[in-house]
Amino acid sequence: MSQASTNPGISQEGSDVPTAPPPQNFVKKYSGPIAVQIACIALWQLISTTGGLPSYILPSPIETLATLADGSNDWFNNTMVTTVEIFGGFILAVIVGVAIALFFSWSTRLFTLFMPLLVALNMVPKVALGPIIIVWFSYGIFTNTLIAFAICFFPIVITTARGLREIEPELLYLSRTLKASKWQIFTKIQFPGSLPYLFSGMKVSAVLAVAGAIVGEFIGSERGLGYLMLQVQINLDTATMFMAVLMITLVGVILYGAVAFLEFILVKRGGQA
Amino acid sequence: MDAQIEPFISLQNVKKIYGSGTNQHLAVSDVTLDINAGELISIVGPSGCGKSTVLMILAGLISHEDGQVLIGNTDNPFDANRDIGMVFQQDLLLKWRTVIDNILLPAELLGLPVKESRERALDLINLVGLDGYEDKYPKQLSGGQRQRVSIARSLIHDPKLILMDEPFGALDALTREKMNLELLRIWEKSQKTILFVTHGISEAVLLGSRVAVLTAGPARMAANIPIELPYPRTLEMKTHEEFGKYCREIYDLLGMA
Repeated sequence: MSQASTNPGISQEGSDVPTAPPPQNFVKKYSGPIAVQIACIALWQLISTTGGLPSYILPSPIETLATLADGSNDWFNNTMVTTVEIFGGFILAVIVGVAIALFFSWSTRLFTLFMPLLVALNMVPKVALGPIIIVWFSYGIFTNTLIAFAICFFPIVITTARGLREIEPELLYLSRTLKASKWQIFTKIQFPGSLPYLFSGMKVSAVLAVAGAIVGEFIGSERGLGYLMLQVQINLDTATMFMAVLMITLVGVILYGAVAFLEFILVKRGGQA
Repeated sequence: MDAQIEPFISLQNVKKIYGSGTNQHLAVSDVTLDINAGELISIVGPSGCGKSTVLMILAGLISHEDGQVLIGNTDNPFDANRDIGMVFQQDLLLKWRTVIDNILLPAELLGLPVKESRERALDLINLVGLDGYEDKYPKQLSGGQRQRVSIARSLIHDPKLILMDEPFGALDALTREKMNLELLRIWEKSQKTILFVTHGISEAVLLGSRVAVLTAGPARMAANIPIELPYPRTLEMKTHEEFGKYCREIYDLLGMA
């Protein structure tokens, strides 16, 4: 196959081009960025201890971590509450978003009637709906889950609906000459083809879900990391606030990582871009 | 052409109108063409002349207004549900499927037995010259290789008729010539009836036992030229005087000479 020689991605018999990069490349690729991040934390420690700033303005990394030992912060329960809100809102958004996108893909009429509405609703700043949602459902975990849901639902439904419609007409012709059923076309061509779109929507939503849950807790709550931040703010306990932000970030990273991992398993490993 | 042979495909004064009411567009005005089983016929004409519409009518994907379309004869009964293979200009490979799984797609849609289909797919991978590539993904292949996979996919369910709509139109000139030779080889081995739509005149002459020339919209049969060059054909034939004569005749018919 002489054409193959123009494509460097293909290993050929008798070719001495290695198929996988040697392990040093891995270290080379990631050691730089990791060093930069460690340097930032070191710089933070340096400035906070020698910069003459009071610790209620800039607590040091060590002071921040030390707040973990303070039992009155109830880290475990507050983190669990926020985690439930974030993951709950996100999973609900995936389920409802994909279901609505499916209805859209089955009926062009539904799509043309309701897609403009969704795009318009997407323009509403969802954070502004928080107080209204609290009026409707009172405050608590369920309400904050709903706020997280409201903020991360739209990217999923819009990208997935687009992905389900991205099917080459010729591929439909080909399927029709084989008398493929709608269900076969959906399961074998349309749905797998829409997965990269679904995952790009999910990655945007994973970040938004965290913001939604925290905003909900700021507006009204009696538990959670956002609630904790408001409580310790009164005492100018900035170190605990820093730690709460770190915990919130950690929960967000775990959610994002789970989505990225699923994407790797289902999409990237299987040759899709 | 022996008049006693019952044609495999018979198109009689086929006409196609798109749209309705006052917004009508005549895409095909009058196409008459007989094709024997096992023939490779080229259909050539300018872009947008309705060549593809003729293929779509044969594939049963669109209806026609007038005339008659018959496919199949006593020796070769035709089952519209599974006797059509199609190859388009785009390879239409599914990115998430390997070469062999892409080739198996029609077999899956038709519910053919898995084990036999797999064996057949491996034979076809060999036929199109992609041995050892069965577990590669489309993005690991070159354009020519991808089109080979798409040809193998059109053969997996052993259809009697292969419809090709400018299959090599997106390839570079050298790859395209190579694929022409490959197609001739695949055609000889598989004994399929192939309709090859193209706007490349020398490609049409090189491949076809006959070239049907369609003139610009609405598509009308300008001529049906038997190409009396012996098979197996070679690229070297393109330099023959006879080959040039056929090309010139077609350029004349298309008003381009």
